Amino acid sequence: MAVLKVTFTKTNRDKLAQVLWVLNWVSVVTGVTLFSLGLFLKVEIVKRRELMSKEIVSVPNMLIFVGLTACAINFLGGKICYDCVDTTKFLRWKLLMLPYIICTFFFTFCILVGALMCYSMRNDLEESLFLGLRDAMRYYKDTDMPGRCYIKRTMDMLQMQFQCCGNEGYRDWFHIQWISNRYLDMTDSGVAERLRSNVEGKYLIDGVPFSCCGLHSPRPCIQHQITNNSAHYNYEYQKEELNLNRRGCRQALLEHYTQIMQSIGLIVLIIWLFEVSVLTGVRYLQTAMENVLRLGDPDSESDGWLLENSIADTARYNFNIIKNLGKCYQVDDDPNIDVPSTSQQAQENVPVKQIPVAQ
Amino acid sequence: MVLLKIKFPFQKRVRLAQGLWLLSWVAMFSGAITFAMGVFLKTELHRRSEVMHSMDIHIVPNLLMAVGLASVGINICAGKVCQDSLDPTRFPRWKMFLPPFFCFSVFLTSLLLVAMILSFALQPSLEESLKIGLKNGIRFYKDTDTPGRCFQKETIDRLQIEFQCCGNTNYRDWFEVQWISSRYLDFTSKEVKDRVRSNVDGRYLLDGVPFSCCNPASPRPCIQYSLLDNSAHYNYEYQSEELNLYNRGCRQALVSYYMGLMNTIGPCVLFDFLLQMTILVSLRYLQTAMEGVIGQENVEIETEGYILEKGVKETLLETKEKMKKLLQFARVGDASAVTPDTEPEADKPATA
Repeated sequence: MAVLKVTFTKTNRDKLAQVLWVLNWVSVVTGVTLFSLGLFLKVEIVKRRELMSKEIVSVPNMLIFVGLTACAINFLGGKICYDCVDTTKFLRWKLLMLPYIICTFFFTFCILVGALMCYSMRNDLEESLFLGLRDAMRYYKDTDMPGRCYIKRTMDMLQMQFQCCGNEGYRDWFHIQWISNRYLDMTDSGVAERLRSNVEGKYLIDGVPFSCCGLHSPRPCIQHQITNNSAHYNYEYQKEELNLNRRGCRQALLEHYTQIMQSIGLIVLIIWLFEVSVLTGVRYLQTAMENVLRLGDPDSESDGWLLENSIADTARYNFNIIKNLGKCYQVDDDPNIDVPSTSQQAQENVPVKQIPVAQ
Repeated sequence: MVLLKIKFPFQKRVRLAQGLWLLSWVAMFSGAITFAMGVFLKTELHRRSEVMHSMDIHIVPNLLMAVGLASVGINICAGKVCQDSLDPTRFPRWKMFLPPFFCFSVFLTSLLLVAMILSFALQPSLEESLKIGLKNGIRFYKDTDTPGRCFQKETIDRLQIEFQCCGNTNYRDWFEVQWISSRYLDFTSKEVKDRVRSNVDGRYLLDGVPFSCCNPASPRPCIQYSLLDNSAHYNYEYQSEELNLYNRGCRQALVSYYMGLMNTIGPCVLFDFLLQMTILVSLRYLQTAMEGVIGQENVEIETEGYILEKGVKETLLETKEKMKKLLQFARVGDASAVTPDTEPEADKPATA
């Protein structure tokens, strides 16, 4: 009892083959889209590599791989469907078609995995950004050390572009020394006092870099002595909201990447649905063409289905095949081999007959 | 004496018509691209309109948009004429339409050249407009509580950050303007009173700049205040300091940006102009060659094509005479409507 059987006349089969040919070419285009989406995501991640402790390479690489494979598979599918109109040309592809369909079925599974990975990347990313930003802020002052000399610039550009400050908020800058010792007058009593008041001898201030300054503030930016109300006229830091950027950069970057990932994930899901429908069409075409060959008359009606028997029967059949695959090197019913098996027990139950002795 | 005569056998005419039809499609796209470039330039100019005083420079993108649109229409007509020229029965209906069409098209296409010339000629005007606009922007930087000026601070800050510039000519422009509002100045403090008194207009001037002038590429944290005082900061010499603030003035930055845009658009516009003129010249040849065929029984004869039937001077004189006659006819027509019994009507001017 076939699963979802549909009867196809000759014209139906031809139309199905033509439509599938066009759809396969459309799928090649969607494969290119997948590839470019993966490339775009990779570029976005590499751009901010310095702010991440561990680069997330799995998702963009998966998308790139899936995109390229989709192009190849659908290109082949297009060729097959083009040849399916003619039963003689179909014979060329007859043996290849079932493996092709099985491969494509597993491949669409990969596309789905790719889409789901897009949505699950968030936690890894958050962890990576937290550690990366913490290190970047720590190395902000090291503009004279090779390998770290551009971190100040990167951090400033990030804070200006995303209008954010620090890791969670602007107070993160109070816990690290972001002014290099080269620019501190160690003979000054104020500086010496600050260094002494700190266990590790770090110069900590309640100030932030200029890139934290908010663009929407009506007054010129207050970056130093932020928590000291008396240091500035008409200023209360508890009420002040527009002076500095309030968002943390981790939050800002996470939102930026989540938005990209969600859009990409949605597009990949739509492409997955499209691929599944193309695969279903190809399966129907394959079964219809095989039945036509079985019937012998190329112009007759034939049936197409998804599975020849019900799902349970097909599963059992395949399971048996897989079970018996393992037994191909074991001995079976060859009578010439002496196998100690249940036949010995049968012998014991058989009454032993005495051989008559001649007298 | 005919201008630039060429002989056209039948095959050459057919090939000319076909090639011209194809070229008119290419020119249509080129016209659409010119329109798109005009739109892009206009949007970019509009985005910074708050720091521009006059809108003179907008004539360049306006011309590009108008000519781009018109050339799409012109090329559609040219394509249709080419299609009809291969059929001698359908070609005569274009006879009355083509001469004014040519004059109009040549005029419009020359506007492209005018736009290109203007883009260079208006550079001083753009610079002046930016100078005044930026000066006002810097002056009103502190007026975040005055309606109509409350966004100047944000505009100038964004501009300085995006274009990596500071002030009008350079950062010293900020020293001459009070950019900190009096609302945030403690007038009981001695320092503030000294500064305000030392100034004729009673303004609070200081050797400091807003935070948006800070250069992120500087190795040290930004120094915005007491810029000219070497002793106010450790290990600091303002004369040798180059990376602390942006060195470029915003006027120069914006002018370079817009000139860069127009220099990129320039070659595309020139290409469009040359393409359009080629089409118009070829269409003129096709028209004059086909005119030799009209009325003849054998359509495959060889005919001559030219640009002007007579020389340039003679054609101009003829056109002047024609215009005079047309004007006279119109005037006499008016007069005869008022006094119908007086002069007899002048002869109808012979049309081309």
